[in-house]
Amino acid sequence: MTAIEDQPELDTTPDVGGIGHAIKRQEDDRLIVGQGTYLDDVVLPGMLHMSILRAPMAHAKLISIDASAAEAMDGVVAVVTGELMAQHDLAWMPTLSGDTQAVLVTDKVRFQGQEVAAVIATDPYIAADALEYINVEYEQLPAITTPQQAIEDDAVMIRDEKEGQTDNRVYHWESGDAEATDAAFEAADRIVTLETHYPRSHPSPLETCGAVADVDPVTGQATIYVTSQAPHAHRTLFAMVAGLPEHKIRIISPADLGGGFGNKVPIYPGYVVATAASLLIGKPVKWVESRSDNLISTGFARDYHMKGELAVTDEGKILGLRVNMLSDQGAFFADAQPTKFKAGLFHVVTGSYDYPAAHVVCDGAYTNKAPGGVAYRCSFRITEASFLIERLVHNAAFEVGMDPAEFRLKNFIQPEQFPYTTPTGFVYDSGDYPTALRKAMDHVGYEALREEQRQAREDGRLLGIGVAHFTEAVGAGPSKDYDIAGIKMFDSAELRVHPTGKAVLKVGVKTQGQGHETTFAQIVASELGIPATDVKVVHGDTDNTPYGLGTYASRSTPVGGAATAVVARKLADKARKIAAHLLEAAEGDIELSNGQFNVAGSPDRTVSIQDVSLAAYTDLPEGMEPGLEGVHYYDPPNLTYPYGSYIVVVEVDLDTGEWTVDRMVALDDCGVRINPMIVEGQIHGGLTEGYAMSSMQWITFDEDGNCIGSNYMDYMIPTAWETPKFELLETVVPSPHHPIGAKGVGESPTVGSPAAFVNAVIDAVQHLGVTNIDMPVMPHRVWEAIDAAQSAG
Amino acid sequence: MTDLTTSTAVTVTMTVNGVEHSSELDPRTLLVDHIRTGLGLTGTHIGCDTTSCGVCTVLLDGKPIKACTMFAVMADGAEIMTVEGLKQNGELHPVQAAFKEKHGLQCGYCTPAMMLVGAALLEENDDPGDDEVRWAISGNLCRCTGYMNIVESIQEAGAQMRAGSNGVEADDMELQDEQTDADRPKEATMQEVAE
Ligand code: FES
Ligand code: FES
Repeated sequence: MTAIEDQPELDTTPDVGGIGHAIKRQEDDRLIVGQGTYLDDVVLPGMLHMSILRAPMAHAKLISIDASAAEAMDGVVAVVTGELMAQHDLAWMPTLSGDTQAVLVTDKVRFQGQEVAAVIATDPYIAADALEYINVEYEQLPAITTPQQAIEDDAVMIRDEKEGQTDNRVYHWESGDAEATDAAFEAADRIVTLETHYPRSHPSPLETCGAVADVDPVTGQATIYVTSQAPHAHRTLFAMVAGLPEHKIRIISPADLGGGFGNKVPIYPGYVVATAASLLIGKPVKWVESRSDNLISTGFARDYHMKGELAVTDEGKILGLRVNMLSDQGAFFADAQPTKFKAGLFHVVTGSYDYPAAHVVCDGAYTNKAPGGVAYRCSFRITEASFLIERLVHNAAFEVGMDPAEFRLKNFIQPEQFPYTTPTGFVYDSGDYPTALRKAMDHVGYEALREEQRQAREDGRLLGIGVAHFTEAVGAGPSKDYDIAGIKMFDSAELRVHPTGKAVLKVGVKTQGQGHETTFAQIVASELGIPATDVKVVHGDTDNTPYGLGTYASRSTPVGGAATAVVARKLADKARKIAAHLLEAAEGDIELSNGQFNVAGSPDRTVSIQDVSLAAYTDLPEGMEPGLEGVHYYDPPNLTYPYGSYIVVVEVDLDTGEWTVDRMVALDDCGVRINPMIVEGQIHGGLTEGYAMSSMQWITFDEDGNCIGSNYMDYMIPTAWETPKFELLETVVPSPHHPIGAKGVGESPTVGSPAAFVNAVIDAVQHLGVTNIDMPVMPHRVWEAIDAAQSAG
Repeated sequence: MTDLTTSTAVTVTMTVNGVEHSSELDPRTLLVDHIRTGLGLTGTHIGCDTTSCGVCTVLLDGKPIKACTMFAVMADGAEIMTVEGLKQNGELHPVQAAFKEKHGLQCGYCTPAMMLVGAALLEENDDPGDDEVRWAISGNLCRCTGYMNIVESIQEAGAQMRAGSNGVEADDMELQDEQTDADRPKEATMQEVAE
């Protein structure tokens, strides 16, 4: 399938505002006047406040807890400890990856910042004060802070409580064909090797995590407001943990979440403790995490130590890829994770290139760090995989003496090869990579830039041009392969059209600012011709939406959007029958376009979707069930594969190692764009995060496992001042198996851009002998790398 | 143990969005908590409590300040404006209209603060260049939007102000008012407070 340069023709008028219209967002009306409802805005009568005491060290035996002084304070209602939780059989909880995690420490502390006790008080200030009055005695143990230490033979076991666990390994997993890969390496002229660490990072949405738990002591009904990207999955897990009947649990993820980016996928101990406390006390309990708590304890991402080897010929043809990866999972394996793929979708590491053989070996280790592995604005470890292959390809081109863009064009999977099966078993659905890269190159003026680079070098300036072309795998996913805690990863949509032709759409996915209320309404508008502004989208409330797996891994449009299109088509079928009845024509002769049903060949015999909606309640054909509503659970036949070509131009200061971005060109192909304005906004956001990870954002630990970076002064996030400007381009190759051809886009830029930024810096200094600098590419690292290369050479 | 919430209560008076409020409060109450909890104006958010993210920004005597690191007592006698005060006489402030028009927000968590900082900047300079806007909002983090559209929104609001319009067609305005007011009992409460 060949790329078309722009969005296909629109099939609805602006007043209907279906797919392709850059209509303004419905959600903005409340947000710009300060009337959003975030978790902390939830206030219930008689509500108490909870604050969590966290462990001050990374590894320690718990000797004793004395909470009597705290309990005696005015305003303190209760102190919850691990012992109390254990009495109710709630000391441990299952994680979304099938591991177990301590809710409150009972035996030993396993990471700095782990939850030790919780105070429930009448006022949040008192709850925080009382933490100081809890006396805890610890016996400190040596901390394991790297996965390499963790897998040494004599390493102390971190998870000694876990049945069947004999060392610190979390998983071992392989993909691809080892023998074929060995053969490819034998046949190669060169082997290009890259070792790199994709560092630990924190998604850090500006709203932290929190919960307001309200368990009714009379009915046993538990209403739990929680910052959740996956409310239905959380409800099921809550039912399993607490032994509560699922129909008596209602999870409400508030209408507005202040960002998620993967941080709000896991279930955190705070949610469980607040719920248990409400159950025990009989009053609503609110817990809102502080920023420091958020940064040291919740949902870290990345932390992958990777070694990649590429077998290439002297002519620059790739023959095979070998990868060894060791991940630092922290003390509990706690992220959402398809149980079939232990390292997530890391095996997409073969990238956008056509070669026959690859073999990927992935190991994970427990360390004394907070649980990691969250897919921060990416699908299950694709960010790390894309980074590795794009850095490797850049270095391979340099080693065989080719231009890195030329090298990519030579090795790309070609448009006619789709659907394309990769050596690790993915079936890429569609794409036209050469057109994408060439368009980005034309836009940036690639040839001229290379000439400028040569000139600059002669003048003693370091100019770098970084190219990255990524292929993502999103839209998890087909139920045969993808699940969370065993629950299949379908998603759902329920659509009701009311007599006046206005509709309510309820979806299983949950927005965190992506604009679902607008885009999903646009899908309905395209399918039925009901204006997007007449469609209200409901999400986040398990009592009021059909079961779905939630929003992460860019799955909302590929799966939830598909469910929406299909349910709208079901309604269109019924609507067509009603229209035939109203127009006294044969059903087969009825055409629906932009909200008008007419008889084929006689454009003047027409009724509107609004007429039909009314008739569905007032004037039906004989024997037809009244109403116009339906539900659809969509199980996708395959993942979708958006891709992009990114080019970054930087200038590096030889004396200081500082680098500045001159240009950043991003071409994305995410298939059909539902709302181009929203798509571009998502890309801006993702590119900013990619720049953040490349240049500054980094959670570090000292050798005792103390987290350095527990606030925004130490955990650097780019402001408007540092953030570069982006130039966006697009091509559109629809997904052949998605009902509206959309592929998903939210995380593409985060996945694709780090390699482009880092390749640009490397490109500027490679002729000096530098082949790698780990992220974040801080100036001192650049300076040291140049210095080391020059001393060596 | 003493009950800190009542024994040392002080009276603090401030004018918030044009309405004077006198409140008895614990002297250690942070301004942001007083605004959110005491006055029920939840459009001001909390993101870090260490003066780093800027989502708690309000205007104090016209200047942006971070309400998470200031005690409410320190604002005694001050004029405060929060996001709820931007819309006046039923009309969106140009900066509000421009954020919607230019897609200057996604999750909306940083947005009230960004708009207030933008409004304060435009009071002094209604035609700021890219760098001037970026510098003005450099104390405010956003994790969703990537800043480009935020900068454009503020500049667009400046253009509307220079043109003497509020950036919203009268017809649209009415429609938006209807929708907002009908769907939002909170806003009605806010007005009652104001009266
Ligand atoms: S909450 Fe005040 S600056 Fe972050
Ligand atoms: S819009 Fe989400 S933080 Fe700015």
